[in-house]
Amino acid sequence: MEDKKQRGQRSLLPLLSSISAIVVGLLIGFLVLLCSNASQAIPGFGAILTGALTHGMKGVGQVFYYATPIMMTGLSVGFAFQSGLFNIGTPGQFIVGGFGACYVGIMMKSLGGVHWIVALFASILLGALWGCVPGILKAFFNVNEVIAAIMMNYIGMYGVNWIVKSYKPMFNNLRNESNPVAATANIPKMGLDKIFPGSSVNGGFLIGIIFIVLIYLLLNKTTFGYELKAVGHNRDASKYAGINEKKSIIVSMAIAGAIAGLAGGLLYLAGSGKHIEVVDVLASEGFTGISVALLGFNNPIGIFVSSIFIAYLTAGGFYLQLYEFSVEIIDIIVAVIIYFSAFSLVVRLILARLRQGRKGGNKP
Amino acid sequence: MNVIYFIFQQTMFFTIPLLLVALGGMFSERSGIINIALEGIMTMGAFTSVVFLNRTGGVMGGQGQLLIAICIAMATGALFSLLHAYASVNMKADQVISGTALNMLAPAFAIFIGRILNGVQQVQFNNTFRIESVPVLGSIPLLGPLFFQNTYITTYLGFLILALSILVLYRTRFGLRLRACGEHPQAADSAGVNVYRMQYCGVIISGALSGLGGLVFVVPTSTNFNATVSGYGFLALAVLIFGQWKPIKILYASLFFGLMKAIAAAYSGIPFLNNLGISSNLYKMIPYIATLIVLIFTSKNSQAPRAEGIPYDKGAR
Repeated sequence: MEDKKQRGQRSLLPLLSSISAIVVGLLIGFLVLLCSNASQAIPGFGAILTGALTHGMKGVGQVFYYATPIMMTGLSVGFAFQSGLFNIGTPGQFIVGGFGACYVGIMMKSLGGVHWIVALFASILLGALWGCVPGILKAFFNVNEVIAAIMMNYIGMYGVNWIVKSYKPMFNNLRNESNPVAATANIPKMGLDKIFPGSSVNGGFLIGIIFIVLIYLLLNKTTFGYELKAVGHNRDASKYAGINEKKSIIVSMAIAGAIAGLAGGLLYLAGSGKHIEVVDVLASEGFTGISVALLGFNNPIGIFVSSIFIAYLTAGGFYLQLYEFSVEIIDIIVAVIIYFSAFSLVVRLILARLRQGRKGGNKP
Repeated sequence: MNVIYFIFQQTMFFTIPLLLVALGGMFSERSGIINIALEGIMTMGAFTSVVFLNRTGGVMGGQGQLLIAICIAMATGALFSLLHAYASVNMKADQVISGTALNMLAPAFAIFIGRILNGVQQVQFNNTFRIESVPVLGSIPLLGPLFFQNTYITTYLGFLILALSILVLYRTRFGLRLRACGEHPQAADSAGVNVYRMQYCGVIISGALSGLGGLVFVVPTSTNFNATVSGYGFLALAVLIFGQWKPIKILYASLFFGLMKAIAAAYSGIPFLNNLGISSNLYKMIPYIATLIVLIFTSKNSQAPRAEGIPYDKGAR
């Protein structure tokens, strides 16, 4: 009985710490609004909280549309975290994957009905390739995966810019971005346009949910997932227990990269007019993934919820412009939430240690 | 010859900010705190100091104005880095996460406040700081055009800070203690060193230098600040590793990276390179690829401070 109660408390704890970080983040956001323009602060804050629902079902659909790519980049970061790796390489994997999808989407027009599926596979493949480089370097050369992934981000970004720009059929000279993909490469709506009329949500959202479930099953119901988590907890102990820890690290980074690459595919094949812009800026969807994962305590289901939460805030943020605030307030709020959720990780650890200590003391 | 002078002068514009920020990162990491927030701190330092330049543009100008801006940039960086120090030292938070949060916060803050102040996110300033030629020194043949023409006082400040860093790190009690905290904080603690205080110092120094680096990056290469330092903080992190956490090697690394950046920015004006027809994107990629290769060869017996990234816990055994 007691055991069950304790387990219940333990699963509530991260939720409580995440919620308190969110509350602090929102409060600071409100304070910033208050300091910059006191008279508009309250309606502005209201827009953040409820703006996403202004247009009813269309608004909800938009939230799901925004949530799709960051859900995937978040899943990528969270999955790598479970095996003890910090995948800060999502911006690079994202853009490389997006490039793969656009390349297939623009160049291979004769594929017909399976066009969009092939394009998505291209994004997964390229993302996995980009992700496994830091994994290989970590496994064989002991290179810190954070630094390697940061390098891969820039190599990917400049590389994609280079290819898109120098490849005539892909490049839209006037707008300095990639050309639109063929209509057959756009992900089908899968009925979501009937439920959320007028919004950009599409089958990508459902594909995202499928991947959430797949990763959840992989981590919690398979031997391989168990091995990944074991390596994450203690690399040396796992090696001693007979787990091929090098393989685990590489495969884990490759899967993380694949998911982040898919995020790029899902965004650029959404049929919402998104193209690869040739600018020297890392994809923000990648970095937002880090926030999503941290807020969802690296758990696939938590990541699903937190991606929708952040998408909800972002959608509400657009309405802030009505009150002459810029949308960056959302980034400020999210950054503050992440900053404080870094604290709460510690609070959680201390509480866990206290509880363990007490349990140890009871033993004869 | 003129082309060589031109490239060299351009290289300096890109090298000095990298040098400053990487040195800053060195102080933080040598004390045991990973500071991935360099990018964000640069952004904040550049933002406040450029706002100062913008606001005082009509009444002030020249080197005096730049010197005040330098002080503002350093103070801002130091203050902003306190957030990272508090999270890493007091709260024992994951240093990468805290750094990531600050990197997100800085540009958002700069855009938000910039819009409130000026209506647009770009903050303009008048560049009245370029030194055409340093009196007397500028007319020395060869050395004059290389070091003393078309330059900024920040270039000399950069070298001064490099010299000071070497002195402080290797020739003072403070430097020895700082390095001890990064290698083996428990041992340092038992010898009576206040580890927490040293780590605070390391992070604050890195903040001040990164803030300065932000300003030094913006001034020679642009006439406005657009809420970004274009990945220079991350590049400085690469410089730091490339330089194996040692000041002189950091100088060489930043010169190499600076040269690559200068070529990427100016190659179309150089007939020889323009004729090669290589995309500027390749030059932009080279520093990152080079860093990856260096990482492969050096990581097995890395010179990284041993206790880096591990929150120091007095009670740990």
